[in-house]
Order: sequence, then structure tokens, then C-alpha cells
Amino acid sequence: MFLSVVIGAIFINNFILSKFLGLCSFIGISKETRPALYMGVSVTFVMTCASMITWAIYNFVLVPFHIEYLRTISFILVIASFVQLVEMVIKKLSQGLYRTLGIYLPLITVNCAVLGVAVLNSETFFKHGMNPAASFVLSTLQGFCVGIGFILVMLFMSGIRERLELCDVPSSFKDAPIAFIIASLMSMAFMGFSGFRF
Amino acid sequence: MKKLAREFLKGITHENPTFRLILGLCPTLAVSTSVENGIGMGMAATFVLLGSNIIISSLRKVIPDQIRIPCFIVVIATFVTIVELAMKAYAPALSRALGIFVPLIVVNCVVLGRAEAFARKEPVFVSMLDAMGMGVGFTLALVLISGIREILGNGTFLGFLIMKSFEPVLFIVLAPGALLVIGLLIGFINMLAKKRAAKVSRVK
Repeated sequence: MFLSVVIGAIFINNFILSKFLGLCSFIGISKETRPALYMGVSVTFVMTCASMITWAIYNFVLVPFHIEYLRTISFILVIASFVQLVEMVIKKLSQGLYRTLGIYLPLITVNCAVLGVAVLNSETFFKHGMNPAASFVLSTLQGFCVGIGFILVMLFMSGIRERLELCDVPSSFKDAPIAFIIASLMSMAFMGFSGFRF
Repeated sequence: MKKLAREFLKGITHENPTFRLILGLCPTLAVSTSVENGIGMGMAATFVLLGSNIIISSLRKVIPDQIRIPCFIVVIATFVTIVELAMKAYAPALSRALGIFVPLIVVNCVVLGRAEAFARKEPVFVSMLDAMGMGVGFTLALVLISGIREILGNGTFLGFLIMKSFEPVLFIVLAPGALLVIGLLIGFINMLAKKRAAKVSRVK
């Protein structure tokens, strides 16, 4: 069960390449390796924490009051305020870290991958009758592993795009279009994982 | 009058959210496996855009500048919840097909982008036109992409069989096909735009 969540989130259902979540930041910040890595790390951190927080909100606030239909609003608000909080804490604690990660944090609020993980968790693991501890652990694990998959693909893509700077790409295909075509080839390679079963 | 027409048309042509601004791609790629899903998603996003632009532009003098993003998100999320519940009630099949992407309209960059770039500065009626233009542009882009993918990948259009003596290329309907189609389309549209710009400058 745990292994299938890990492998599923990183490879089989990779958020960028097979679910198309987080494409804006994927295309926007994958021109160089270092920013891509920083972005990936901040996304992973926010996703893991957001999975825990949204689990708590759903089970301790929405379910007792029977207002599950407010899921979307409450999740996005919690994520947005959490990101704001992280930004403030980092700013207070370490200026160096703030300068490297700070600029990516506001972007994460509107990164659909973070809300995507929260909604996906609520659809797969927040069911009635599931052991609360298990559903909490699985949600957190899924949040973390989706983040790892995000880092992996960001690193691949930025590595390829750094080399691409030296290539002779037709001028109208420069930047975004060629990045999409490369992503398509990578996604085809990742389809090879789709037969895996545990 | 001319200005109003321009506000409406810019979303369809030279500021098309999908092809020119490259915004809101996640739902575009994920739901464009069939034209029906594409139209459904386009209409849902247009409704949210229209509602949020009207509300935000009428509240533009009330919302404080520092906390405008959370305010925008609450307004947008409200409309998304309306769409989500209405779709579950009246179009359950479509709601199942679009799945997780209906709640994700909240973080669609097109909606937040229009609120931030347009509705918070302009009067209500102009914002309404802007939202309608952007919504129609987004829907047309979705129809184009999903049309290409459905015809090549499945041999049908809106569910009608149109390619009989032709083995469908399954690849186009799967994830890699979506990325390939959007990459090529953006590339070709860039090329056309460049040619047109060159022509205009030569005439001048």
C-alpha cells in the first residue's frame, strides 16, 4: 500500500507529465537548474504541509459541521494563508534563504499542483470508515511523493533546456513551444511506467 | 464603441489566454481529450471569469490593496463552488469526466490574472466584456485543441464518426499527445504572428 502510493505518485501518475498539474511553473521556471531545484524543494515542502493541514481541516472542521461542500474554498484559503505564513517565517529567520526561496513562494499559492494534491487526497483517502491514522499518513506520504516527482521532472527539464540554449531551434519555436515538445517526449518515456502493479 | 469591441475581441485574438499569454494550461491539456469535455470546461471557466470579474470590479474601491489576492481568491472560489455543485446536479457525466479539474478552476491563472490585471482597475461593464472575451477565447482554444486530439486520436468529432478508413492514433489522446499538440500549435501561431508583423512593418 505504501509502496504503491510512493511509486504511483512519483512515476506512474507523475503530476506534471501525466496529470498536467503545475504546468505554468514547470514551463516558467525550468530554464536553469538551480532555480528549478529551489522551486521544486519549496513546492515539496508546501505540498507536504498542505496535505497535513487540509486533512485536519477536513476531518475536524468540515465533517463535524457537515459542510463538506466548502472544501474548495477552505482548502485554497488555508493553503494561501499557510504560504503567506511560511514566507513571513523565512523572512524573519534567514535573509539568505528568503532571497533564494522567497520569490517562488507567492507563485506556489496559485500552483494548481498544491491544491491538486489536497483535492486528490480528499477524494482518495478521506473516506468514511477509513482508519484516521492511516488516512493521515497516506495523505502526507502522497503529498511528499508528488513533490519528489515534481523535483525530478523539473531537474530533467531544466537540464535539457540548459543544453538547448546552444541548439539552433527555429525562432518561432523558441522557449515555450519547444519545451512542450520535449515535455511530450519525456511524458512518453514516463508512460513506460504505466503497467506497474504492486 | 470601438474601444468596447476591442476589449471583447482582444481575448479571442492577440491576447488569447492559451496561445498568446500561455496561461491556464493545466485544465486545457488535461480535459481536451474530447470536444465535449473541452466545451464543458470552457463554459465553466467562462462563467467563473464573468462572475468574478463583475464582483471584483464592483468592489474595486472597497478591497484594500494589501490583501487583494486573498479577497480575489474567496470571490473566485465561491463561483467555482457554484459551478461544481451545479455541474454535479445537472451534468453528472461531465462532472465525472472533468473530475479534479472543476475545483482546480480556482487556481486557473487566467481567472486570477484577469482579476489582477483588469477587473481591479476598470469599471464593471468593461470588465464584463473583458471576461466574456477571455472566456470565449479560452473556450475556442479548448475546442481547437480537443478537436485536433479527438479527430486524430479517436476518429470522431463531438462523438460522431468522421474518419472511417483511418486507424486512430491513440497516442494523441494520451498525455504525451496533448503536450505535442499544444507545443506545435503555439509554435505555428508564433510563426503566423511574426509573418504578419513583418508584413505590417513593410507596408509602413
